[in-house]
Amino acid sequence: MSDISSDALRPVDQAPSQGETLLQIRDLKMHFPIKEAAGLGRTKKVVQAVDGVSFDLRAGGSLGLVGESGCGKSTTGRMITRLLTPTAGQILFKGKDIAQLKERELRPFRRQLQIVFQDPYSSLNPRQTVSNIISTPLRVHNLVKKGKELERVQELLERVGLNPEHHNRYPNEFSGGQRQRIGIARALAVEPEVIIADEPVSALDVSIQAQVMNLLEDLRRDLGIAFVFIAHDLGVVRHFCDNVAVMYLGKIVEQGSRDQIYNAPQHPYTQALLSAAPDLGTIRGVPPKERIRLVGDVPSPIDPPSGCRFRTRCWKAEDICATQEPLLEIKPQSGPGHTAACHFAEPKVDLTAVTA
Amino acid sequence: MSTPAPEENRKDSMAENAATPADATAAVKRGPSVATRERRQGSINPSGETPYLVVQDLTVKFPTVDGVVSAVNGLSYSVPLGRTLAIVGESGSGKSVSSMAVMGLHDRKRTRITGSISLGGDEIVGLSEHDLMKIRGDAVSMVFQDPQSSLHPLYTIGNQLVEAYRVHHHVSKDAAKKRALEMLDLVGIPNPVRRFAQYPHEFSGGMRQRAMIAMSLINDPKLVIADEPTTALDVTVQAQILDLLNNLQKEFGSAIVLITHDLGVVAEMADDVLVMYAGRCVEYGTAEDVLAHPRMPYTWGLLESIPTVSAASERLRPIKGLPPSLLNLPSGCSFNPRCPYKDRVKGERCLTELPELLPVDGAGAHTSRCHLHDKASIYEAEVAPRLG
Repeated sequence: MSDISSDALRPVDQAPSQGETLLQIRDLKMHFPIKEAAGLGRTKKVVQAVDGVSFDLRAGGSLGLVGESGCGKSTTGRMITRLLTPTAGQILFKGKDIAQLKERELRPFRRQLQIVFQDPYSSLNPRQTVSNIISTPLRVHNLVKKGKELERVQELLERVGLNPEHHNRYPNEFSGGQRQRIGIARALAVEPEVIIADEPVSALDVSIQAQVMNLLEDLRRDLGIAFVFIAHDLGVVRHFCDNVAVMYLGKIVEQGSRDQIYNAPQHPYTQALLSAAPDLGTIRGVPPKERIRLVGDVPSPIDPPSGCRFRTRCWKAEDICATQEPLLEIKPQSGPGHTAACHFAEPKVDLTAVTA
Repeated sequence: MSTPAPEENRKDSMAENAATPADATAAVKRGPSVATRERRQGSINPSGETPYLVVQDLTVKFPTVDGVVSAVNGLSYSVPLGRTLAIVGESGSGKSVSSMAVMGLHDRKRTRITGSISLGGDEIVGLSEHDLMKIRGDAVSMVFQDPQSSLHPLYTIGNQLVEAYRVHHHVSKDAAKKRALEMLDLVGIPNPVRRFAQYPHEFSGGMRQRAMIAMSLINDPKLVIADEPTTALDVTVQAQILDLLNNLQKEFGSAIVLITHDLGVVAEMADDVLVMYAGRCVEYGTAEDVLAHPRMPYTWGLLESIPTVSAASERLRPIKGLPPSLLNLPSGCSFNPRCPYKDRVKGERCLTELPELLPVDGAGAHTSRCHLHDKASIYEAEVAPRLG
């Protein structure tokens, strides 16, 4: 799968140096207006899908966005690739704010920011051949000379572990895992610096999931592509990401390095998420002593709770949580770069099973 | 949930004709003995308890224009009351198809089912639709994956619960309503009286699955088949639903067949585990046996491809290739095209001869389908260290 050297796609000297900050997201907001009948008139309400999200992504890094459905993680991904125009906030790509750019000015940036979608069945046009699907971005961005397209398509197919001879087939001739590889090849075609992977393996079977995960890892290592990895599976995120941001109802509630988040989470929601994840380790190792079970469902983002948005399900909630919104900040007990948005943040260990 | 029965118990009840443990061992030494055969046929359960559901040599085939799809090939298992059997496998391994056969849900015209499925001693393969209707929802019920599409959108939740109860019980609407409210309360739906009159779209995903569970348990079934009951749910809600199923099982004492692809869920829920591959059982035993001491390369492969929350693995080791087409199964062991250990079996037995489901240590109730001789040492020496 990874037998082709990286410079087949990107000359080594062009690879971004590790550590340079590529992407800075600042207070990003997305409010979708909804119309609802209310008596005779109509009310104007908004769904606060994302409400003030900030993070940085370094070149070659990988940031995991985790959270339950409706927490705004996919919306965030779509705003970064500008499939959605944010209501407010900044998306700084190499220092240039692209949040409100017009389509024309945005073109060059589209090449740098690519997205891989969750569902490989609905994200590939069933009436186009694989070759067409992958070469469209090449033509749009004028990346290859006429007549060289097929060669490049085959090179990309091989890079993602597909048979280059299959360029003439249609998506329905491939399995789910293979389709996801086609989606990845399409994203790779324009040599992006950042790939937003929106639940790239959730629709796949376990054994196939591992194949695609390894492919993404190879791409990250060989081509130095930075990833924003959106997932709800905490195991997958732990495996893939250096940094993790946990989202709840449109806000980041905790952010830190992988080890900080998984070994000593401070926000009650992160702790509950980790504790709730079904864990194979419970049978092979020592099960955790304590289980945290949240009650109820996520509240509606149309009318989120005042103060801390998690307080309605939180066992630590007190009066201050309803009146004062906790800021995402470094707590006294936390390590460098580990932030949590909670009035009563406290590290908790032993939430997952202990193995070996 | 019942704990695995002690060794003595299991051997005692293993088969009537093997009265003492000594006899049982002797029988095994004579080759495929009565006890082994019984076990293979599913009348012995890893727990040693008398099973309620016994599936023996079940095959399900679908004739299609492209040929006959063999979805299930000779599957045998059993579940006693109060225990949970998890059937694990990838999509297309036959796990859902086999349990739909237990419910009698396949289209008769398009399916060929052979073998035997018995519920508390009564055979259900070949029953008429009319007789099946009496069993469905009463003795056996099902919780589906997607509560959104398995609840009727135009009837209130209460209506659907009352109907499910009155089909099997001749009671007044008021009595049925009382029972329905009781069930809604039992599955942890707040404010049952108000919720009773609401439609499915007014429920959240987790609440809908609770309503679905209430409906499946309203007739106090002996067997509940839960087909991926939490796959569509968020992780915190999933934990709630799994806890609920566990608690209700304690209360109702029913047998549960849990179909899932998530080994984490299996580890949390199951007493027994059956791993399916290409329509066959490839490994069967207690959860501890199968997940902590697996003896089949496919199970090893599954365990190695999962990133867990409790351990940061270096690199995943996926199973190579794709599952085989059910139209045209590979000769010999169905897993051989993807198996990294097939070279260690002498001759080309893996390619030519279908391995039998045999006890891994010669006698116990933990069985696997593999030609490898030194499965235990390969696992301990090579696979276990990689799992951490």
